[in-house]
Amino acid sequence: MKREEKNMSAQPLEEIAEILLGAAKRHGATAADVVVAEGDSLEVGVRFGEIEKLKQARQKHLGLRVLIGARSAVTSSADFSRESLEKLAEDSCALARVIAPDPFAGLPDPAELATQIPELDLYDPDVAAVTAERAIEWAKEAEHAALEADKRITNSEGAEVGASTDHVLYASSLGFRGDYRNSGVSLSVVPVASENGSMQRDFWYSSQRKLAQLEAPAAIGRKAAERTLRRLNARQVSTCEVPVIFDPEMASGLIRHLAGAVSGYALYKGTSFLIGKLGQRIAPESVTVIDDGTRRGGLGSKPFDGEGLPTRRTVVVDRGVLTNYLFDSYSARKLQSRSTGNAARSVGSAPGVAPTNLYLEAGSASPQEIIRSVPRGLYVTELIGFGVNPVTGDYSRGAVGQWIEHGEIAYPVEEITIAGNLLAMYDAIEVIGNDLNFRHSVVAPTIKIARMTVAGS
Amino acid sequence: MTLVTTQAPVRFFLERFGLNERTLEQIVGGAIARRADYADLYFEFSTGQSLSLEDGIVKSANQHVSQGVGVRVVAGDKTGYAYSDEVSIDSLRLATRTAQAIAQESGETRAVAVHETQPSHDLYTLPRSPLEVQVADKVDLLNRIDIAARRHDPRIKNVMASISVEQKLVLIVGATGLVVGDVQPLVRLNVTCIADENGNRQQGTYGGGGRVDYQFFLEDERYLRFTRAAADQALRNLHAADAPAGTMTVVVGPGWPGVLLHEAIGHGLEGDFNRKKVSAFSELLGKPVASPLCTVVDDGTMANRRGSLNVDDEGTPTGRTVLIEKGILRGYLQDRLNARLMGMPLTGNGRRESFAHIPMPRMTNTFMLAGESTPDEIIRSVDRGLYAAYFGGGQVDITSGKFVFSASEAYLIEGGQITRPVKGATLIGNGPDVLKRISMVGNDLQLDEGIGTCGKDGQSVPVGVGLPTVRIDGLTVGGTQAG
Repeated sequence: MKREEKNMSAQPLEEIAEILLGAAKRHGATAADVVVAEGDSLEVGVRFGEIEKLKQARQKHLGLRVLIGARSAVTSSADFSRESLEKLAEDSCALARVIAPDPFAGLPDPAELATQIPELDLYDPDVAAVTAERAIEWAKEAEHAALEADKRITNSEGAEVGASTDHVLYASSLGFRGDYRNSGVSLSVVPVASENGSMQRDFWYSSQRKLAQLEAPAAIGRKAAERTLRRLNARQVSTCEVPVIFDPEMASGLIRHLAGAVSGYALYKGTSFLIGKLGQRIAPESVTVIDDGTRRGGLGSKPFDGEGLPTRRTVVVDRGVLTNYLFDSYSARKLQSRSTGNAARSVGSAPGVAPTNLYLEAGSASPQEIIRSVPRGLYVTELIGFGVNPVTGDYSRGAVGQWIEHGEIAYPVEEITIAGNLLAMYDAIEVIGNDLNFRHSVVAPTIKIARMTVAGS
Repeated sequence: MTLVTTQAPVRFFLERFGLNERTLEQIVGGAIARRADYADLYFEFSTGQSLSLEDGIVKSANQHVSQGVGVRVVAGDKTGYAYSDEVSIDSLRLATRTAQAIAQESGETRAVAVHETQPSHDLYTLPRSPLEVQVADKVDLLNRIDIAARRHDPRIKNVMASISVEQKLVLIVGATGLVVGDVQPLVRLNVTCIADENGNRQQGTYGGGGRVDYQFFLEDERYLRFTRAAADQALRNLHAADAPAGTMTVVVGPGWPGVLLHEAIGHGLEGDFNRKKVSAFSELLGKPVASPLCTVVDDGTMANRRGSLNVDDEGTPTGRTVLIEKGILRGYLQDRLNARLMGMPLTGNGRRESFAHIPMPRMTNTFMLAGESTPDEIIRSVDRGLYAAYFGGGQVDITSGKFVFSASEAYLIEGGQITRPVKGATLIGNGPDVLKRISMVGNDLQLDEGIGTCGKDGQSVPVGVGLPTVRIDGLTVGGTQAG
């Protein structure tokens, strides 16, 4: 079961981009840019030690944005034939002509384009070399460790391994040409535990760019089992107001909500709860949040952004003060600001704003110390639902976790909600943990929030 | 747009990719070789266009064309899958070899004779493809929405509206010899309004669509109704009080709040979770799981609905499956693999997001049948509680059975009357338990307007939901006002 190399059109990505930019110009575009991406992926699933799923693919896509003066349109296709590329350029220009002119539309200021493309160590050839057999072995090993961990692990939704590589090229009529390769490998395990007639599942995973950095399969399996077992015999608590601790996985969600609210698009559309807060204190001095697209090997790193601008390090919150919003060139022009190199671009859409590697700087308390500081409260390990209002910051989500009594984990809880408002929650961050780990592109250590409403029975 | 086709989908694919019945027989016959139980090919060609308005102008247009083929080989409970966006005999042969690696031992290629069948339903044949509508007409409609929203109330300060149209052609070739094609149109209009009163900003969102002609939005000025609904939601929230926290009687309104059923029981009744016995509903077939007032069905055969299909993505005709009959659990939703392994009938619920995805059991249009009470009687019966009129999304943990859904429009009920609006809040309950607490079911069944998208295992598919007004005796409301 080796991964077979498919003999797809060997046409270099740059050549495709040149054809498209040329065709766009001929059909009347005054400016244009192109994203071409090709990638390979392998996905295997194992359940009870047997392979359950094997999926492999190679895909190649392109996206074209044309501008005719201040009118623009974006199109995408997977058909790379010469006549199809010509047709795509023609259709794109025809579409742009019926769109209203937008005085802010356009490519970035050429002076801001990246002049050199840094090597950020984003690609690992070992990931490309992963065979289905090896992936299956890792998945089996991880699931086995979970199943063996405890006799109360009675069922499994299996283990999955994914390995993918891609090659992305961006070219624009400003003369920018840049390309880079990415790799990614992940392993996840979902055990099911049962006791006293009720079932629980949880999971654990590891996701990295480099194969050597992936957590050991057996360790992932054991952690998944441990997380599942601790949920058994969960109860509801009665409605109350208590301190709430977010574990790092859940705390990263609070930073993701912050990223949404500092995006230039949310700001000019009026859909952010952080409008008008620039330069103001939004959190205690212990809170510093940084977006850094240049971290070597970072899961969210890129050598240049979706418009060809250099990525960089931007301090979003500096010791509690909101110091920077995140922009691409369009949203920056709308708000008389400058791009922060946060243009995100998928093949089929116009640029948007996204964080790169966004993190809350670690504090000094260990998670155990934080738990010990709570006489009675909640330690949240899972949140479900979409109850976050980006306009007002109102927050209400379903929660699963552990109840804390006298500074100790007392019992698991479920079928409860936690509610508050993100502005008030950031302001009420009381302690930040020392357990920051870059296992995602958006991460945070353990966070303690002084007070939230827990709704239950 | 020139990619519109009026051709029958089977011809379209054969001509576009230079294939014929003979080559299909060879490929699918090769796929079913070795110890495979089933194999299929899924060809897709989809074209979509979306236009969006913000700041008073239609300033962005997107168009995509995607095509590809997925080859699946199933042996026991194992699935091998390979897909490619290049469709040729060579790429099909290679994909077949890759997918086949799952059926370990070698065997003879089996002979398969393909025969074209017509889908047994004809639920959404339209007078024209949604892609044929002039872009200028859609731009004009979005501009009218912007004007209407701002005229509705001067506190509406921004309007974001979008129209998406899509046409997906599919061709499914199964190892049973099945060859079936379908043309699946889908349109959607969405309106979001931002209201601002002295710096207090609130948002309202409304929309709809389905497998309908573009004219749908203009009929009875439906687009204006959507616009007003979005604007009113934003305006109402300007003066909403904090939502209550705790367990109380909740009256859930008709229509889109049917997302309750989708999360509370729908996912838990999908065949894959029950075959693996990881669902809170595993082993409950024939047992009471709801109050006798509740009958819940999943129906993929409703004309022009967003969740409907003529055939599912494995070529099985869609159907109407009774999930709960007068409170008793009667059925699961199945795809081929899970129906075969569970020895249960196919229900036409094998769906996939695209050629790049493996099919799995999914819902279509899921709703509760109407009861006897008037909505007014239901409200009047509640001394103190919450009336939840409209929702955002929901989510479920199918193993513990706990589900949430988030109200975006809610009111307090005091002394049998709807009184003050309250802010949105998440409601949480236990799937196998919540429908047992339904004490009244309204006579006002409504289906949603055509906005639902369901995500499972990384795959998104369009779905519908429906509900009459229901009274639930005890559901946890996740507001901030305790006591």
